Amino acid sequence: MDFANCPLPKFDFDTINLGHGSGGLLTHRLLQSFVFDVFGNDKLDQQHDGATFHLNGPVAFSTDSYVVSPLFFPGGNIGDLAVNGTVNDLAMCGAAAKYLSLGFIIEEGLKMEEFWAILQTIKAATANAGVQIVTGDTKVVEKGKGDGIFINTSGIGLVHPKARIHHQNIREGDAILISGKLAAHGMAIMSQRQGLGFDASIVSDTRNLNHIVSAMLDRFGEGIRFLRDPTRGGLASVLNEVAGQTTHGLTIRQSALPIDEEVDGACEMLGLDPLYVANEGIFACVADAAIADELLAFLQGEEGSRDAALIGSVTAEHPGKVIMQSRIGGKRVVNYLTGEQLPRIC
Amino acid sequence: MKFLSEYRDPEAVQQYLREIHAITTKPWTLMEICGGQTHSLVKNGILDMLPEKITMVHGPGCPVCVTSVSVIDEAVWLAKQPNVMLCSFGDMLRVPGSKESLLEVKSTGADVRILYSPLEAVELAQQNPEKEVVFFAVGFETTAPANALSVVHADRLGVENYSILASHVLVPPAMEAILGDPENKIDAFLAAGHVCTIMGVEEYHPIAEKYRCPIVVTGFEPVDLLQGIYMAVKQLEEGQYKVENQYARSVQVEGNKLARETIGEVFIVGDRAWRGIGTIPASGYDVNERYKRYNARLKFTIEAGDALEDPTCISGEIMKGLKKPKQCPNFGKSCRPEHPLGAPMVSSEGACAAYFHYAQDPVEEPSH
Repeated sequence: MDFANCPLPKFDFDTINLGHGSGGLLTHRLLQSFVFDVFGNDKLDQQHDGATFHLNGPVAFSTDSYVVSPLFFPGGNIGDLAVNGTVNDLAMCGAAAKYLSLGFIIEEGLKMEEFWAILQTIKAATANAGVQIVTGDTKVVEKGKGDGIFINTSGIGLVHPKARIHHQNIREGDAILISGKLAAHGMAIMSQRQGLGFDASIVSDTRNLNHIVSAMLDRFGEGIRFLRDPTRGGLASVLNEVAGQTTHGLTIRQSALPIDEEVDGACEMLGLDPLYVANEGIFACVADAAIADELLAFLQGEEGSRDAALIGSVTAEHPGKVIMQSRIGGKRVVNYLTGEQLPRIC
Repeated sequence: MKFLSEYRDPEAVQQYLREIHAITTKPWTLMEICGGQTHSLVKNGILDMLPEKITMVHGPGCPVCVTSVSVIDEAVWLAKQPNVMLCSFGDMLRVPGSKESLLEVKSTGADVRILYSPLEAVELAQQNPEKEVVFFAVGFETTAPANALSVVHADRLGVENYSILASHVLVPPAMEAILGDPENKIDAFLAAGHVCTIMGVEEYHPIAEKYRCPIVVTGFEPVDLLQGIYMAVKQLEEGQYKVENQYARSVQVEGNKLARETIGEVFIVGDRAWRGIGTIPASGYDVNERYKRYNARLKFTIEAGDALEDPTCISGEIMKGLKKPKQCPNFGKSCRPEHPLGAPMVSSEGACAAYFHYAQDPVEEPSH
């Protein structure tokens, strides 16, 4: 691993051991070099049991845990997901993330080099998102009781004054948009799983969405009815959640779904449906039809959402159901995923 | 992606639909053999676009669905043995056995691995010499060559801690069983394109002759299916009963010679019990005498107990095409993908799963 910008501190151990989680000297040294020196800020440096601060206005609060395997994948690592995931959850509530907590459960034996790389990634991701780590926790469990490392981040931020994001605000005729191409993250992970070995240049789409959502709300305010990022379970799950929570039906067009050709090919090969594959850097948006075209043009003009597309609409027909018009003109129901998507036999 | 985009072209689809509507004058019942074809028909909304006179009935071409409960129980027993690593294609994991599925057994700590190729299982056997690696070798003729190859490969490498639990099923005997059933309503078949890629088309001629039944070897994309339906209906309207090959870009008359030789090297034909249908003579592959040390049924003394099918599951009638999934009283109620009563609701190629996931008619939500 290349640490030209920030070399791994000299340490007595090559790997994390149980002593590093004991709360004693080893923990102290680990935290000093790996956390406080890396993330130093006025709140974290207090080294209190918790961070104290003021926030003026309505706040949103979110938490998420990250258990991805492998830890390092094309396009990023667990550190990217841990920051962007929680920042994005807050963005989906219409909030700009400000402070994050960072909790680690490390499996004994994790290489120091890998832990360092993850922390450097978290540092870069927080700088990029404009958030600070203000509190955290580190535990170490015995070998075999973890999967390298599990991370939890919780985040807090102020809700945008013009945000009116709630499924109750969704109206018949509203437009459904997606901010970028589908299925990249899930297929990037799949390409690393044992036994697949397909040559592909698929990279995860992990990125923060708070800046674009903030700009979008600045401009379009209550025209944005609903936001959600289609992570596990994919776009199909998000659309089903919306259909289930409202009295409306949703219609989408298969030919309008943006997807990279290589990603689509990988899904085909394994018998996976891109609608159910995880994404980490895009969001689905339900918006007032009156602003849909302008919103689309706005998204396409921004870095990170150039592949945004209008994919469907909210309808009074088939309430509670998501129907997709296939490329060839037929119709099918898009249901919730049941269990894990398992590649088929033949 | 050229083949895919050509065979998904919306204009070509509309053209074939027009042609099919134009030539259909009488009611006909067609069966597509392969579960992948069923899914493609339902997923693309093709069933609703065909003329009303054409009824598509869904055949037993889902190897997961037809794997008998007793075989699942055998796999579950093996998975529970402390030194066994049970390897399987993903689909098989959710199928219920008499008591539990492989996924349930995995969640209690059994070493069950999802693999994409049986050759990986041989590698795992090499990497884990203290374990007995068993590959759950399921499928039609399509997956048989790779499974056979894994045995040949293990033999060449001298890998002794590997075996397969063979449960292959063959298409032509199943077609004969369906056509020979007094309740049979099928007028023509769309034969399974990938099975025929391996085996060729010759074994279908005697069936077409004997039962005076058109058989069109068909692919899986929307245009493939519509071409196949068109060719079958045209034969029926003209009173013909030939074997035709729609899927010529993949299927040759003689099939894949090397694949057939590999199958012949390792397997012999034997009787097989089909879930929901019963035993069909000479309808499966077993490991032959030469490679018997790679036969998991001989290597282990498997105690699988009495296989208990859920008596309320009508998968046999579904797979013979006698009933549609929505005609089952349990469909969408006590039988849903998250708690299936039988394999056709679980398998990614099962007819019941296809209807549940894609078909538009509302499914009643169970009351909570």
